[in-house]
Amino acid sequence: MLAKRIIPCLDIKDGQTVKGINFVNLRQAGDPVELGRAYSAQGADELTFLDITASFEGRKTFTELVKRIAANINIPFTVGGGINELSDVDRLLSAGADKISINSAAIRNPGLIDEIARHFGSQVCVLAVDAKQTEKGWKCYLNGGRVETDKDLFLWTKEAQDRGAGEILFTSMNHDGVKNGYANEALANLSDHLSIPIIASGGAGKKEHFRDAFVIGKADAALAASVFHFGEINIPDLKLYLCSQGITVRQTKSSD
Amino acid sequence: MEKVAIIKYNAGNVCSVDYALRRLGIEPVVTADKETLLAADKVIFPGVGEAETTMNFLKAQGLEQMIKDLKQPVLGICLGLQLMCSRSEEGVNGTVDCLNIFDIEVKKFIPKRHEDKVPHMGWDTIGHLEDDLLKGLNEEDFVYFVHSYYAPLCDYTIAQADYIQPFSAALHRDNFYATQFHPEKSGRVGAQVLRNFLDL
Repeated sequence: MLAKRIIPCLDIKDGQTVKGINFVNLRQAGDPVELGRAYSAQGADELTFLDITASFEGRKTFTELVKRIAANINIPFTVGGGINELSDVDRLLSAGADKISINSAAIRNPGLIDEIARHFGSQVCVLAVDAKQTEKGWKCYLNGGRVETDKDLFLWTKEAQDRGAGEILFTSMNHDGVKNGYANEALANLSDHLSIPIIASGGAGKKEHFRDAFVIGKADAALAASVFHFGEINIPDLKLYLCSQGITVRQTKSSD
Repeated sequence: MEKVAIIKYNAGNVCSVDYALRRLGIEPVVTADKETLLAADKVIFPGVGEAETTMNFLKAQGLEQMIKDLKQPVLGICLGLQLMCSRSEEGVNGTVDCLNIFDIEVKKFIPKRHEDKVPHMGWDTIGHLEDDLLKGLNEEDFVYFVHSYYAPLCDYTIAQADYIQPFSAALHRDNFYATQFHPEKSGRVGAQVLRNFLDL
Protein backbone atom coordinates (compact mmCIF):
# COMPACT_ATOMS: atom_id res chain seq x y z
CA MET A 1 0.00 0.00 0.00
CA LEU A 2 1.24 3.47 -0.88
CA ALA A 3 2.83 5.08 2.18
CA LYS A 4 2.14 8.57 3.47
CA ARG A 5 5.37 10.56 3.16
CA ILE A 6 7.24 12.56 5.81
CA ILE A 7 9.38 15.34 4.31
CA PRO A 8 11.84 17.48 6.30
CA CYS A 9 12.52 20.85 4.68
CA LEU A 10 15.87 22.66 4.83
CA ASP A 11 16.34 26.35 4.04
CA ILE A 12 19.72 26.98 2.40
CA LYS A 13 21.58 30.27 2.11
CA ASP A 14 24.98 30.44 0.42
CA GLY A 15 25.40 26.68 0.75
CA GLN A 16 24.60 26.45 4.46
CA THR A 17 21.46 25.58 6.37
CA VAL A 18 19.84 28.56 8.01
CA LYS A 19 17.56 28.62 11.05
CA GLY A 20 18.80 27.05 14.21
CA ILE A 21 19.50 23.36 14.06
CA ASN A 22 19.46 21.41 17.27
CA PHE A 23 20.62 18.01 16.12
CA VAL A 24 22.70 15.70 18.21
CA ASN A 25 25.70 13.77 16.94
CA LEU A 26 26.29 15.91 13.91
CA ARG A 27 29.80 16.97 13.12
CA GLN A 28 28.83 19.87 10.93
CA ALA A 29 25.44 21.01 12.03
CA GLY A 30 25.05 23.57 9.28
CA ASP A 31 26.07 21.32 6.40
CA PRO A 32 22.94 20.45 4.40
CA VAL A 33 24.54 17.27 3.05
CA GLU A 34 25.18 15.97 6.58
CA LEU A 35 21.70 16.98 7.68
CA GLY A 36 20.13 15.38 4.65
CA ARG A 37 22.03 12.20 5.30
CA ALA A 38 20.96 12.19 8.94
CA TYR A 39 17.29 12.70 8.06
CA SER A 40 17.56 10.03 5.39
CA ALA A 41 19.07 7.60 7.92
CA GLN A 42 16.21 8.36 10.31
CA GLY A 43 13.67 7.35 7.69
CA ALA A 44 12.65 10.60 5.98
CA ASP A 45 10.84 9.66 2.77
CA GLU A 46 11.99 12.67 0.78
CA LEU A 47 13.89 15.87 1.42
CA THR A 48 13.15 19.39 0.26
CA PHE A 49 15.91 21.98 -0.06
CA LEU A 50 14.87 25.58 -0.56
CA ASP A 51 17.44 28.05 -1.85
CA ILE A 52 16.80 31.39 -0.18
CA THR A 53 19.98 32.93 -1.57
CA ALA A 54 19.49 36.14 -3.51
CA SER A 55 22.84 36.56 -5.29
CA PHE A 56 24.14 35.04 -8.51
CA GLU A 57 27.18 33.65 -6.68
CA GLY A 58 24.86 32.08 -4.14
CA ARG A 59 22.90 30.41 -6.93
CA LYS A 60 26.05 28.84 -8.31
CA THR A 61 26.96 27.64 -4.81
CA PHE A 62 23.50 26.09 -4.53
CA THR A 63 23.92 24.18 -7.80
CA GLU A 64 27.21 22.75 -6.56
CA LEU A 65 25.46 21.81 -3.33
CA VAL A 66 22.71 19.97 -5.23
CA LYS A 67 25.43 17.83 -6.83
CA ARG A 68 26.87 16.94 -3.41
CA ILE A 69 23.42 16.13 -2.05
CA ALA A 70 22.65 13.91 -5.05
CA ALA A 71 25.91 12.04 -4.56
CA ASN A 72 25.22 11.36 -0.89
CA ILE A 73 21.50 10.74 -0.50
CA ASN A 74 19.57 7.69 -1.70
CA ILE A 75 16.05 9.07 -1.36
CA PRO A 76 14.25 11.52 -3.66
CA PHE A 77 14.86 15.20 -3.18
CA THR A 78 13.15 18.35 -4.32
CA VAL A 79 14.81 21.71 -4.74
CA GLY A 80 13.13 25.09 -4.92
CA GLY A 81 13.82 28.80 -4.72
CA GLY A 82 14.87 31.17 -7.44
CA ILE A 83 13.63 29.05 -10.34
CA ASN A 84 12.35 31.43 -13.02
CA GLU A 85 12.86 29.71 -16.36
CA LEU A 86 13.40 26.37 -18.03
CA SER A 87 17.18 26.72 -17.97
CA ASP A 88 17.09 26.93 -14.14
CA VAL A 89 15.18 23.65 -14.05
CA ASP A 90 17.59 22.02 -16.49
CA ARG A 91 20.58 23.16 -14.42
CA LEU A 92 19.19 21.73 -11.17
CA LEU A 93 18.01 18.43 -12.70
CA SER A 94 21.39 18.01 -14.39
CA ALA A 95 22.99 18.51 -10.98
CA GLY A 96 20.92 15.58 -9.68
CA ALA A 97 17.67 17.00 -8.25
CA ASP A 98 14.65 14.70 -8.68
CA LYS A 99 11.96 17.36 -8.58
CA ILE A 100 11.85 21.13 -8.61
CA SER A 101 9.42 23.34 -6.77
CA ILE A 102 8.17 26.61 -8.25
CA ASN A 103 6.07 29.27 -6.57
CA SER A 104 6.14 33.00 -7.42
CA ALA A 105 7.51 32.42 -10.92
CA ALA A 106 4.53 30.21 -11.76
CA ILE A 107 2.06 32.86 -10.61
CA ARG A 108 3.83 35.50 -12.70
CA ASN A 109 4.20 33.15 -15.68
CA PRO A 110 1.81 30.18 -15.48
CA GLY A 111 3.10 28.89 -18.84
CA LEU A 112 6.30 27.87 -17.03
CA ILE A 113 4.37 24.91 -15.58
CA ASP A 114 3.42 23.71 -19.07
CA GLU A 115 7.00 24.09 -20.27
CA ILE A 116 8.47 22.12 -17.35
CA ALA A 117 5.89 19.34 -17.67
CA ARG A 118 6.42 19.07 -21.42
CA HIS A 119 10.22 19.01 -21.23
CA PHE A 120 10.81 16.98 -18.09
CA GLY A 121 7.47 15.34 -17.21
CA SER A 122 4.83 16.24 -14.64
CA GLN A 123 6.54 14.22 -11.91
CA VAL A 124 9.36 16.80 -11.88
CA CYS A 125 7.09 19.80 -11.31
CA VAL A 126 5.95 20.59 -7.78
CA LEU A 127 3.78 23.69 -7.57
CA ALA A 128 4.30 25.39 -4.21
CA VAL A 129 1.59 27.77 -3.00
CA ASP A 130 1.69 30.12 -0.02
CA ALA A 131 -1.91 31.00 0.78
CA LYS A 132 -3.75 32.88 3.48
CA GLN A 133 -7.38 32.62 4.52
CA THR A 134 -8.89 36.09 4.24
CA GLU A 135 -12.41 37.50 4.23
CA LYS A 136 -12.32 36.99 0.46
CA GLY A 137 -11.38 33.32 0.79
CA TRP A 138 -7.98 31.59 0.42
CA LYS A 139 -5.68 33.96 -1.48
CA CYS A 140 -2.23 33.12 -2.92
CA TYR A 141 0.83 35.20 -2.04
CA LEU A 142 4.05 36.00 -3.86
CA ASN A 143 7.65 36.39 -2.72
CA GLY A 144 7.54 34.25 0.37
CA GLY A 145 4.23 35.64 1.55
CA ARG A 146 5.03 39.33 1.16
CA VAL A 147 2.76 40.23 -1.76
CA GLU A 148 -0.94 39.37 -1.96
CA THR A 149 -2.37 38.39 -5.33
CA ASP A 150 -5.97 38.03 -6.43
CA LYS A 151 -5.44 34.34 -7.20
CA ASP A 152 -7.76 31.96 -5.37
CA LEU A 153 -6.03 28.88 -3.90
CA PHE A 154 -8.49 26.36 -5.35
CA LEU A 155 -8.77 27.88 -8.81
CA TRP A 156 -5.02 28.38 -9.10
CA THR A 157 -4.06 24.85 -8.02
CA LYS A 158 -6.65 23.39 -10.42
CA GLU A 159 -5.19 25.49 -13.22
CA ALA A 160 -1.69 24.32 -12.26
CA GLN A 161 -2.83 20.68 -12.34
CA ASP A 162 -4.39 21.18 -15.78
CA ARG A 163 -1.16 22.77 -17.00
CA GLY A 164 0.82 19.72 -15.88
CA ALA A 165 1.96 20.19 -12.28
CA GLY A 166 2.62 16.80 -10.69
CA GLU A 167 2.16 17.71 -7.02
CA ILE A 168 0.93 20.62 -4.91
CA LEU A 169 2.92 21.82 -1.89
CA PHE A 170 0.40 23.93 0.05
CA THR A 171 1.62 26.14 2.89
CA SER A 172 -1.03 27.85 4.97
CA MET A 173 0.33 31.22 6.09
CA ASN A 174 -2.30 31.28 8.86
CA HIS A 175 -0.87 28.08 10.32
CA ASP A 176 2.84 28.35 9.47
CA GLY A 177 5.02 28.74 12.57
CA VAL A 178 2.06 28.55 14.96
CA LYS A 179 2.58 24.82 15.66
CA ASN A 180 -1.12 24.31 16.16
CA GLY A 181 -1.74 21.85 13.34
CA TYR A 182 -2.02 21.94 9.56
CA ALA A 183 -4.86 23.67 7.64
CA ASN A 184 -6.81 20.42 7.47
CA GLU A 185 -10.08 21.76 6.12
CA ALA A 186 -8.42 23.52 3.20
CA LEU A 187 -6.21 20.46 2.62
CA ALA A 188 -9.23 18.16 2.42
CA ASN A 189 -10.90 20.56 -0.01
CA LEU A 190 -7.78 20.56 -2.19
CA SER A 191 -7.63 16.79 -2.11
CA ASP A 192 -11.28 16.54 -3.15
CA HIS A 193 -10.83 19.06 -5.97
CA LEU A 194 -7.58 17.75 -7.43
CA SER A 195 -6.32 14.44 -8.76
CA ILE A 196 -2.59 14.94 -8.01
CA PRO A 197 -0.81 14.41 -4.66
CA ILE A 198 -0.99 17.16 -2.01
CA ILE A 199 1.86 17.93 0.39
CA ALA A 200 0.73 19.63 3.62
CA SER A 201 2.99 22.38 4.97
CA GLY A 202 2.79 24.83 7.86
CA GLY A 203 1.64 24.19 11.41
CA ALA A 204 3.25 20.96 12.60
CA GLY A 205 3.86 21.06 16.34
CA LYS A 206 3.21 17.53 17.54
CA LYS A 207 2.73 14.03 16.19
CA GLU A 208 -1.06 14.24 16.24
CA HIS A 209 -0.87 17.08 13.72
CA PHE A 210 0.67 14.75 11.14
CA ARG A 211 -2.04 12.16 11.74
CA ASP A 212 -4.73 14.83 11.32
CA ALA A 213 -3.16 16.11 8.07
CA PHE A 214 -3.36 12.58 6.66
CA VAL A 215 -6.73 11.51 8.10
CA ILE A 216 -8.73 14.77 8.17
CA GLY A 217 -6.72 16.71 5.57
CA LYS A 218 -6.38 13.68 3.24
CA ALA A 219 -2.82 14.83 2.46
CA ASP A 220 -0.44 12.46 0.68
CA ALA A 221 2.66 13.86 2.38
CA ALA A 222 3.48 16.22 5.23
CA LEU A 223 6.39 18.64 5.24
CA ALA A 224 7.88 20.25 8.34
CA ALA A 225 11.05 22.07 9.32
CA SER A 226 11.53 23.30 12.88
CA VAL A 227 9.95 20.36 14.73
CA PHE A 228 12.55 18.13 13.09
CA HIS A 229 15.47 20.59 13.22
CA PHE A 230 15.01 21.25 16.94
CA GLY A 231 14.56 17.59 17.74
CA GLU A 232 11.03 18.12 19.08
CA ILE A 233 9.82 15.22 16.99
CA ASN A 234 12.07 12.48 15.72
CA ILE A 235 11.11 10.68 12.57
CA PRO A 236 11.27 7.05 13.80
CA ASP A 237 9.01 7.92 16.76
CA LEU A 238 6.64 9.80 14.48
CA LYS A 239 6.38 6.83 12.12
CA LEU A 240 5.77 4.39 14.96
CA TYR A 241 3.01 6.66 16.21
CA LEU A 242 1.41 7.01 12.75
CA CYS A 243 1.58 3.26 12.29
CA SER A 244 -0.23 2.78 15.62
CA GLN A 245 -2.92 5.10 14.27
CA GLY A 246 -3.50 2.82 11.29
CA ILE A 247 -1.68 5.04 8.80
CA THR A 248 0.58 3.33 6.24
CA VAL A 249 4.14 4.63 6.57
CA ARG A 250 7.51 3.28 5.49
CA GLN A 251 9.27 1.91 8.55
CA THR A 252 13.04 1.79 8.33
CA LYS A 253 15.79 0.22 10.33
CA SER A 254 18.43 2.46 11.87
CA SER A 255 20.97 1.01 9.43
CA ASP A 256 19.11 2.41 6.41
CA MET B 1 36.91 -3.85 -11.35
CA GLU B 2 33.74 -4.70 -13.21
CA LYS B 3 32.96 -2.48 -16.15
CA VAL B 4 29.48 -1.04 -15.77
CA ALA B 5 28.03 1.13 -18.51
CA ILE B 6 24.99 3.37 -18.19
CA ILE B 7 23.28 4.08 -21.49
CA LYS B 8 23.41 7.81 -22.04
CA TYR B 9 20.39 9.33 -23.68
CA ASN B 10 18.00 12.21 -23.20
CA ALA B 11 16.57 10.84 -19.96
CA GLY B 12 16.29 12.53 -16.63
CA ASN B 13 17.91 10.28 -14.08
CA VAL B 14 21.16 9.11 -15.66
CA CYS B 15 23.21 10.97 -13.06
CA SER B 16 21.15 9.59 -10.14
CA VAL B 17 22.03 6.06 -11.25
CA ASP B 18 25.66 7.10 -11.71
CA TYR B 19 25.78 8.47 -8.14
CA ALA B 20 24.04 5.36 -6.72
CA LEU B 21 26.67 3.07 -8.27
CA ARG B 22 29.49 5.26 -6.97
CA ARG B 23 28.06 4.88 -3.46
CA LEU B 24 28.54 1.13 -4.01
CA GLY B 25 32.16 1.67 -4.98
CA ILE B 26 31.67 1.26 -8.74
CA GLU B 27 32.82 3.84 -11.27
CA PRO B 28 30.44 3.46 -14.19
CA VAL B 29 30.84 4.98 -17.62
CA VAL B 30 27.91 6.96 -18.98
CA THR B 31 27.96 6.53 -22.73
CA ALA B 32 26.04 6.15 -25.98
CA ASP B 33 29.09 4.62 -27.68
CA LYS B 34 28.20 1.17 -29.00
CA GLU B 35 31.68 -0.31 -28.68
CA THR B 36 31.88 0.70 -25.02
CA LEU B 37 28.40 -0.61 -24.28
CA LEU B 38 29.06 -3.93 -26.00
CA ALA B 39 32.31 -4.35 -24.08
CA ALA B 40 30.80 -3.66 -20.63
CA ASP B 41 30.21 -6.44 -18.08
CA LYS B 42 26.88 -4.93 -17.07
CA VAL B 43 24.64 -2.38 -18.78
CA ILE B 44 22.06 -0.17 -17.09
CA PHE B 45 19.23 1.39 -19.08
CA PRO B 46 17.73 4.11 -16.88
CA GLY B 47 14.80 6.26 -17.76
CA VAL B 48 12.66 9.16 -16.79
CA GLY B 49 10.74 10.71 -19.63
CA GLU B 50 8.15 10.02 -22.28
CA ALA B 51 8.07 6.74 -24.21
CA GLU B 52 7.60 7.84 -27.82
CA THR B 53 10.15 10.68 -27.69
CA THR B 54 12.67 8.36 -26.10
CA MET B 55 12.08 5.54 -28.61
CA ASN B 56 12.57 8.01 -31.47
CA PHE B 57 15.83 9.11 -29.86
CA LEU B 58 17.05 5.52 -29.46
CA LYS B 59 16.22 4.77 -33.10
CA ALA B 60 17.97 7.91 -34.32
CA GLN B 61 21.09 6.96 -32.37
CA GLY B 62 21.02 3.39 -33.69
CA LEU B 63 20.71 2.13 -30.11
CA GLU B 64 17.42 0.26 -30.60
CA GLN B 65 18.84 -2.92 -32.12
CA MET B 66 22.06 -2.69 -30.10
CA ILE B 67 20.15 -2.89 -26.78
CA LYS B 68 18.19 -5.94 -28.01
CA ASP B 69 21.44 -7.63 -29.05
CA LEU B 70 23.21 -7.18 -25.70
CA LYS B 71 24.33 -10.50 -24.18
CA GLN B 72 25.56 -9.32 -20.75
CA PRO B 73 23.14 -8.63 -17.85
CA VAL B 74 21.07 -5.51 -18.60
CA LEU B 75 18.99 -3.64 -16.02
CA GLY B 76 16.18 -1.36 -17.19
CA ILE B 77 14.80 1.14 -14.69
CA CYS B 78 11.32 2.76 -14.76
CA LEU B 79 10.85 4.01 -18.34
CA GLY B 80 13.71 1.62 -19.18
CA LEU B 81 11.46 -1.28 -18.12
CA GLN B 82 8.56 0.06 -20.15
CA LEU B 83 10.68 0.54 -23.28
CA MET B 84 11.86 -3.07 -23.00
CA CYS B 85 8.23 -4.21 -23.49
CA SER B 86 6.66 -4.74 -26.92
CA ARG B 87 4.64 -1.54 -27.02
CA SER B 88 3.33 1.24 -24.78
CA GLU B 89 0.11 3.23 -24.63
CA GLU B 90 2.29 6.31 -24.04
CA GLY B 91 2.39 7.34 -27.69
CA VAL B 92 0.93 10.24 -29.66
CA ASN B 93 -1.69 7.94 -31.18
CA GLY B 94 -2.15 5.88 -28.04
CA THR B 95 0.51 3.33 -28.93
CA VAL B 96 4.23 3.25 -29.64
CA ASP B 97 6.33 0.25 -30.63
CA CYS B 98 9.14 -0.49 -28.18
CA LEU B 99 12.05 -2.93 -27.94
CA ASN B 100 9.96 -6.11 -27.60
CA ILE B 101 12.30 -7.85 -25.15
CA PHE B 102 9.30 -8.62 -22.92
CA ASP B 103 6.34 -9.31 -25.22
CA ILE B 104 3.73 -7.48 -23.17
CA GLU B 105 1.96 -4.16 -23.64
CA VAL B 106 2.47 -1.25 -21.23
CA LYS B 107 -0.85 0.28 -20.10
CA LYS B 108 -1.86 3.62 -18.63
CA PHE B 109 -3.22 3.63 -15.08
CA ILE B 110 -6.97 4.30 -15.09
CA PRO B 111 -8.14 5.49 -11.64
CA LYS B 112 -11.06 3.57 -10.18
CA ARG B 113 -11.69 5.92 -7.26
CA HIS B 114 -10.88 9.59 -6.60
CA GLU B 115 -8.13 8.48 -4.19
CA ASP B 116 -6.32 6.70 -7.05
CA LYS B 117 -3.97 9.50 -8.01
CA VAL B 118 -1.89 9.23 -11.16
CA PRO B 119 1.11 9.23 -11.32
CA HIS B 120 1.63 6.48 -8.77
CA MET B 121 4.16 8.45 -6.75
CA GLY B 122 5.93 7.55 -3.54
CA TRP B 123 7.00 4.57 -1.45
CA ASP B 124 5.03 1.38 -2.00
CA THR B 125 5.48 -2.27 -1.10
CA ILE B 126 6.56 -5.09 -3.39
CA GLY B 127 5.90 -8.79 -2.92
CA HIS B 128 5.95 -12.21 -4.58
CA LEU B 129 9.71 -11.81 -4.89
CA GLU B 130 11.26 -14.64 -6.87
CA ASP B 131 14.61 -13.85 -8.44
CA ASP B 132 18.29 -13.41 -7.56
CA LEU B 133 17.90 -9.73 -8.44
CA LEU B 134 15.74 -9.39 -5.31
CA LYS B 135 17.57 -11.63 -2.88
CA GLY B 136 17.97 -10.20 0.61
CA LEU B 137 14.75 -8.22 0.25
CA ASN B 138 11.73 -8.93 2.43
CA GLU B 139 8.19 -9.32 1.22
CA GLU B 140 6.46 -5.96 1.71
CA ASP B 141 9.67 -3.91 1.66
CA PHE B 142 9.05 -0.34 0.47
CA VAL B 143 10.60 1.03 -2.72
CA TYR B 144 10.17 4.33 -4.54
CA PHE B 145 7.89 4.56 -7.60
CA VAL B 146 7.02 7.42 -9.95
CA HIS B 147 5.04 6.38 -13.02
CA SER B 148 1.74 6.76 -14.87
CA TYR B 149 2.05 3.61 -17.01
CA TYR B 150 2.61 0.03 -15.92
CA ALA B 151 3.51 -3.44 -17.21
CA PRO B 152 0.78 -6.00 -16.40
CA LEU B 153 1.58 -9.24 -14.58
CA CYS B 154 3.05 -11.81 -16.98
CA ASP B 155 5.37 -14.83 -17.19
CA TYR B 156 8.41 -12.55 -16.72
CA THR B 157 7.13 -10.96 -13.49
CA ILE B 158 9.61 -11.45 -10.62
CA ALA B 159 8.03 -8.95 -8.20
CA GLN B 160 4.53 -7.54 -7.88
CA ALA B 161 3.17 -4.25 -6.65
CA ASP B 162 -0.46 -3.33 -6.20
CA TYR B 163 -1.74 0.13 -7.10
CA ILE B 164 -5.22 0.37 -8.64
CA GLN B 165 -4.50 -3.23 -9.72
CA PRO B 166 -1.60 -5.67 -9.33
CA PHE B 167 1.22 -4.97 -11.81
CA SER B 168 4.84 -5.97 -12.50
CA ALA B 169 7.30 -4.24 -10.15
CA ALA B 170 10.17 -6.17 -11.78
CA LEU B 171 10.72 -8.36 -14.83
CA HIS B 172 13.35 -10.89 -15.90
CA ARG B 173 13.95 -12.77 -19.13
CA ASP B 174 17.32 -14.32 -20.02
CA ASN B 175 19.97 -11.61 -19.50
CA PHE B 176 17.39 -8.81 -19.30
CA TYR B 177 16.21 -7.48 -15.93
CA ALA B 178 14.03 -4.47 -15.21
CA THR B 179 12.45 -2.65 -12.27
CA GLN B 180 9.49 -0.28 -12.41
CA PHE B 181 10.67 1.31 -9.14
CA HIS B 182 13.82 3.39 -8.77
CA PRO B 183 16.48 1.37 -6.94
CA GLU B 184 18.77 4.42 -7.05
CA LYS B 185 16.25 6.32 -4.89
CA SER B 186 14.98 3.47 -2.70
CA GLY B 187 17.29 3.71 0.30
CA ARG B 188 18.92 0.55 1.64
CA VAL B 189 16.48 -1.72 -0.21
CA GLY B 190 17.28 -0.13 -3.56
CA ALA B 191 21.02 -0.30 -2.94
CA GLN B 192 20.60 -4.04 -2.28
CA VAL B 193 18.90 -4.48 -5.68
CA LEU B 194 21.75 -2.67 -7.44
CA ARG B 195 24.29 -4.74 -5.50
CA ASN B 196 22.46 -7.92 -6.53
CA PHE B 197 22.56 -6.83 -10.17
CA LEU B 198 26.29 -6.17 -9.96
CA ASP B 199 26.74 -9.66 -8.43
CA LEU B 200 24.88 -11.47 -11.24
